[in-house]
Parts: sequence; structure tokens; C-alpha cells
Amino acid sequence: MQITLKVWRQSDANSPGDFVSYPVDNVTEDMSFFEVIDMLNDELVLRGEEPIAFDHDCREGICGTCGIFIDGRAHGPLQGVTSCQVHMRSFTDGQEIVVEPWRARAFPVIKDLAVDRTAFDRIMASGGYISVNTGSSVDANATPISKHDADEAFDAAACIGCGACVASCKNASAMLFVGAKVSQYALLPQGQPESKERVLNMVATMDDEGFGSCTNTGACESECPKEISLEHIARMNREFIKASLG
Amino acid sequence: MSFQSNIPDGPLKEKWTKHKFDLKLVNPANKRKYNIIVVGTGLAGASAAASFAELGYNVQAFSYHESPRRAHSIAAQGGINAAKNYPNDGDSIYRLFYDTIKGGDYRAREANVYRLAEISNNIIDQCVAQGVPFAREYGGLLDNRSFGGAQVSRTFYARGQTGQQLLLGAYSALIRQMGKGTVQFHPRHEMLDLVLVNGEAKGIITRNLVTGEINRHSANAVVLATGGYGNVFFLSTNAMASNVTAAWRAHRKGAYFANPCFTQIHPTCIPVSSEHQSKLTLMSESLRNDGRVWVPKKKGDNRNPSDIPEEDRDYYLERLYPSFGNLVPRDVASRRAKDMCDKGHGVGNTGLAVYLDFSDAIQRLGRDAVSAKYGNLFDMYQQITGENPYETPMRIYPAVHYTMGGLWVDYNLMSNVPGLFVLGEANFSDHGANRLGASALMQGLADGYFIIPQTIGNYLSEKLNETVSIEDSAFSSAENDVRERAEKLLSVNGSRTVDDIHKELGKILWDNVGMSRESSGLNEAIQKIPALREEFWNNVRVPGNNESFNPELEKAGRVADFLELGETMARDALNREESCGGHFREEHQTEENEARRNDEGYTYVAAWEYQDGAPPNLHKESLNFENVSLTTRSYK
Repeated sequence: MQITLKVWRQSDANSPGDFVSYPVDNVTEDMSFFEVIDMLNDELVLRGEEPIAFDHDCREGICGTCGIFIDGRAHGPLQGVTSCQVHMRSFTDGQEIVVEPWRARAFPVIKDLAVDRTAFDRIMASGGYISVNTGSSVDANATPISKHDADEAFDAAACIGCGACVASCKNASAMLFVGAKVSQYALLPQGQPESKERVLNMVATMDDEGFGSCTNTGACESECPKEISLEHIARMNREFIKASLG
Repeated sequence: MSFQSNIPDGPLKEKWTKHKFDLKLVNPANKRKYNIIVVGTGLAGASAAASFAELGYNVQAFSYHESPRRAHSIAAQGGINAAKNYPNDGDSIYRLFYDTIKGGDYRAREANVYRLAEISNNIIDQCVAQGVPFAREYGGLLDNRSFGGAQVSRTFYARGQTGQQLLLGAYSALIRQMGKGTVQFHPRHEMLDLVLVNGEAKGIITRNLVTGEINRHSANAVVLATGGYGNVFFLSTNAMASNVTAAWRAHRKGAYFANPCFTQIHPTCIPVSSEHQSKLTLMSESLRNDGRVWVPKKKGDNRNPSDIPEEDRDYYLERLYPSFGNLVPRDVASRRAKDMCDKGHGVGNTGLAVYLDFSDAIQRLGRDAVSAKYGNLFDMYQQITGENPYETPMRIYPAVHYTMGGLWVDYNLMSNVPGLFVLGEANFSDHGANRLGASALMQGLADGYFIIPQTIGNYLSEKLNETVSIEDSAFSSAENDVRERAEKLLSVNGSRTVDDIHKELGKILWDNVGMSRESSGLNEAIQKIPALREEFWNNVRVPGNNESFNPELEKAGRVADFLELGETMARDALNREESCGGHFREEHQTEENEARRNDEGYTYVAAWEYQDGAPPNLHKESLNFENVSLTTRSYK
């Protein structure tokens, strides 16, 4: 296959960026999308040009490090996968593929396709935990939890913190990310003692970090590589109202 | 320097309890006067950093990732072992200890492994309290499954994402302390040197990966939790950035590197498909609970797997090892897969794969039940290969996955350099020559939550007010070395990319220091690697500069260290004239092609001391077995 990558290049957060087109030959359909960028980068290095900077690490869809827009969609054309798991069999010979970083005020560009998502950590630091010190816990089977609740908590906990929800939301809202964590703990008995402070603090930090409001368009859910459900946003809203009134 | 294992006296079962009492303590009011550096914030590092902060210490934590949640611990799939005996199937702390010692082919310390088994139960309690959503039964209690090398069900799991859930648990504990300001986290900072003052670890030099700034950090102790070195092979299941640099920089400063040739090749990975392959993907060992491994009986039989009738299939693990069957330990399963492919029974385009077949399980349990257990793994397989494992057997082949070797540590997890502690995969301590499945998560969290918080006080108690200023000459000279090295890498301006040279190193190691080794191949590696190192320093091309975000420069520094480590691995493998665990020497095998240990000659830990411009020096720590008798491992 031969394809053209039309890539956003930006040298740092304070410089303007632009698209640059790179034709790439000898692409095979078994290659991952990132392996194509690797191959192009090797060529760029040997030509004396700057390679394309992009975040990636595990390349098996679990670490949440990668995240780019591929042809206008967060993590590319497939449902339920991360950018690193997109393979070239999803594209056709001769295709031009547009590649962009996440775009959200709370995620400033570091370079090219790499962005700064530390705002997520600051939200988590304001309440995304259960306050239990090492060594002070009871036997793991002391508190039975219904399988249904445990499974639902797991569904929420599957969030990889990649930021696709924010990037694909027209308001750059982080409600799905925050909702998933609030919902996980709301479903578990261990999460109850701090439930009020948690939801109030996390929502306040989310607002302070410059994420937008939720208008229930559902773009986050449809682009989430882990298919986290909007129900978790609904549960967070209930938690928030409960906490605000009580 | 101290090369004493410091294993406490007394009966095995009482060693840790007694030792905890004997350790010197730091009083609560004094803890805030100490600074501890933690490098790496995966399972071991995050759990240690959080636990230190809970105790009252000041913690500086460093990661080359943007967030602790990105660490490669997150990719562990199958589960975590603990001796809870919830299923009532005869498990006990002693059995977990015994299975782990035996699984490691008797090349680990009894005392360390027993302590690990003892602590395993606390880990599960801790994680549940943190809200880790482990799999549960309908009655609301925790579920268990089986893993390789054990005949009991002791593995706790969270679908196929156990590592993710445990890491997010440790991350939540850490981020709580970050919110309180008791841990200062430095994202996208890579440790590039260890600073020693009077022979003791007193700080590190880091590079800010975004700005290129080089910084000095001083502390009363340095804790490395920087993971394993599997990426020395280029292709492995490790994440792209996983590297040996922090450990290797410490090694160059005097820390011994133990058993570097003990690398684990995992039997169930997705086979290589193209020359541009950048990494390999693991399919969890838990799949071997329900999947059956087979190859066609006839060589070169390239019929569609569904067209090959039962009588033409060889379920070779079930045939060779009737009592453990598909659940033999990883080293055995890997070597047998290679054997079958070498003999011409391999499948797929390359002939370097065997089948892992779920059709029996789907028939027995139904597609939904199989999907509930392994759904995400099946999806991942389909995503990568384009084939549907519900309909056609998976093709799998062994790949580098984990490294049992690492920096040498004593019972307190302190290296031979006082003040330098090493946790998790980065140390060598608990898995001997082969790690059993679901034991890596257990060890990382045991080290971080329960061992180091106790043992570090013993060292610190005598170091009150011994903080070294970052203006000290030891810091400035280490900083200079770091700057010079970066400049040297940037100035070569040759004609080969970093990855190109890394791939060549990987091939040398895979061919000669991989699943099976023999002396001529090892000698060849010892010749070729220094030559490749020369080539690297004379002909690599690293673009850009040191003062900006420059991923190629990061990679170059890591590959330079891999080029030194690779040679030491080959030397260690050549020295060890026996087969044990993941280290299989062609010269040392039984008539049935099983590993033949040499207990008289090699019941020791090989700890290598770095020598500038000369081969490393070997130091031996002999392993004494007082409780288990060394037998030939049999899984038949």
C-alpha cells in the first residue's frame, strides 16, 4: 500500500502549528498505524528532518498513553479500540489520512501530536481514591459485594484515562472521565464514607482545570475506546445532587 | 559496600516476624526530616511512595511517563496469587512458597519467597479496601482461577485487566498523597544517573523530557522501582519505553547486577507478522485454563485447522505432562512450542506458531461464558491479527516477557550500595530462574506496600540529618557526565537510526541468548555486541538537541545501556553451565529434552560487578535450602 499522512506539526505549546503531508510507501495491512509512523520517522531522521512526536507506550490498548485524531475521529475509524491498535487493514491503498492531536484547552500541545493531560491527575488528586492506609484493612471477604455491582464498578474502572472523551466533546467536557471514577466508588461499599466530598471536589477541580460542561450529546461514549457508558455520568449527577442537598 | 544477604536466623516461618521486631525504627516525629527518592511509579514504586508518605516521610517520585497510571504494570492481564485458600482446595502459605521456589527451579532464596507468600494475603485485603473491583461469585465473595505451575486455584483477577486495576489502586493511594503534598511527583522526568557520596546513594540526576532541563535531587535514600529489561531484545511484550537505564546507571556506579541471563519467554504471545513489528502482544496465561495447545501431527500440514481431524492433532502438552497438561510453567510451555516448530510442526505463514484452541471450552461452557472470562483478550487478538478466535484457533508463539534477573538486593531490598533500594521487577530477588504466572503483581506490591516501608527505617534511623547539598561536587560531576553523554549522542550524526541498531542487538540476543543457548552462540554474542556498540557510538544518528522534547534522544540513551547489558547477559549465560528455569543450555539436558540442573556447581546467585573497559567481575551468593529438598522439577 501507499498512503499519505497529513500530520499536524507544532514545535511546542507556544508556537503556531500546521499540517504537513508525507507520502509513505511499502505499507502492509498487517502493520499497525503507529508502525507506519515509526517507519516514516526513521526516514525523516535519515533525511535530517525532525521526526513526528507522539505519545505511545504499551501498544496494546491499556496504558492510555496514546491518543490522536485519525481522519477526524478520536482513536481512528474503529469502535472500542485505541490509536495503537488501529491496523492498516482499516485503510485503502492511496488514501490520505489526517492525523491531529487531541484539541482541548485543558490539554495543551507539548509537541506535534503529544499533549499534556496532567489535568486528569489533578482531578484524581482531589478525590479519586478511597482513604485507606497500607495495612489497615480487614479480610478481603469480610464484605460481600453483589456480583452485579462489582461488575458494574469494573465497567467504570476500565477507563484508561486517554482523554478521547474530552477531545471528541464539542465542549471539551471531562464528565465521562470523572463520572467513571465517581461511579466506580459509588457502586462499592468501600466508597461510601467519602462519597459526598469526592463528587463535590472532583467536579470543582474539573471546572477549575478548564474542562467544559456536559450537554449530553454522547460523543464521549461513542468514541471511548473502552466503551464506558453514559450511565456513569448519570450516576455522578445523582451523586452530585445528593451531596449538594445533604 | 556490603554483599551479605542478611537473611535473619530462626525457623523459616518466623524469620520475617522476628526481623520486623529486630529492625531499628524511625520515630514518628522524625520521619518528616527524611527525604526519600522513588524512581518509577508502577506497582512497586507507587505502592512504596504512597506507603512512605502515609508513614510521614517526604517523598519525591519520578516517572518518565506523564502520569503514574501509564506504567507498564498496567498491562498485566491474568491475575495475582495469594494463599487465601478461599476455594478450600488445600492451599496454604507453605504451598504458595513451595510452588514458587520449585517454579523458580531452586534458584531463589527460601526466606524471601516465604515472606512473599506470607504477605500475599495482606495484598488482596489492601486492594479490596482500595476499591479494586476483583471478579466475584454470585454470593458476593471473591472468585479465583488457576494459573500455570500450581494445582490449586489461588489467582485473584479482574477480568483480563488485573494489572490495570491493581495499578489504578496503587495510583489512587499515591495520588491521594500527591493531593496532600506529601509526595512531590515529577512527571516526564528520566533518571540518568545515581549520585554517590562516600559510597552511599544520596541522590539522582534527571532530565526533564519536555524541556530537556537537567536537574539534581538529593535525598537520604534512593529507591529504584524501574521495571525489567526485556526490551533489550527489541521485540518483547514490554511497553515501548520500558528500559534498563536507571538500573544500569546504578550498576555502573557499583550496584551488582544479579542473574541477568534469567529472562522469561512467555509461551502465549501473538506471533511476529511483519518486519516492521514494533512490539509483541501477550495473550494471558489464564487462557491456558480453557484453551488447548496443539499442532498437526504431520509436518507441514497446512490444512485449515478446522479441517484437521482429532486424530491428526498432537495436544503435545497434555501428552507430555498429563498431570499439569496445558498449565505447565511458562519456561516448559515455551521451550516445547519452539521444539515443535523446530521439528516442522509449526503453523501459520512463518511456521513459527502453535494453535491455542477454545472450541472445546466454547462447546462445554458456551460462547457467552468464554466471552465473560476472556472477552477483552479475544477482541485484542482479533484486532491485531484480523482473525476471530471464537471461530478459528489462536496462533501463538513465545516472546520475551519478563526478566527475573535485576539489581542484587539483600533481605531488606537494599543493594550492595548502601542507601540504594530496589523493588519489583528491577530487583532479582524472588523468582529464581523462572517466574510463575500471577506472581509479578504479587511481588511488586509485596515489596512496595509491605516490605520496604518496614526495612527502609532500619537504614534511615542512623542517617538523621545526613542530607547532602546538591552543590556537593558529587552532584556536579554526575551532572556533567550526563550532559557530556547527551552531547556525545547528538554529535555522532551517523547514518543509522537508533531503532535500526536496537533491532540488530535484539536479533543477536534472540538468536544466541534466547529460548535456548549454547556456548558457541554465546561466545558469538560476546564478540558481536561490543562491535555493535562501537558501531552505535560511531554511526548512530540522533536528531534535534538536548534542550527540547526529543524522544529519539531518550531512546538513544536507553539503547546505549542495552548494548552494555546484552553483553553481560551473554557472559552470565555462558558462565552458568546448567539448565534451569528460563535458562536452557543445549549442552545440559536430559534424554527427554528436559532441563538438567547442576546443583553442586551452580546453586548460587551470580552477581556481576561493573568494570570500566573490562568484563564484569563475578561474585557468588550461595543459596542454602533448609526447608525444601532440591528435586528435578517434574510436571508430568
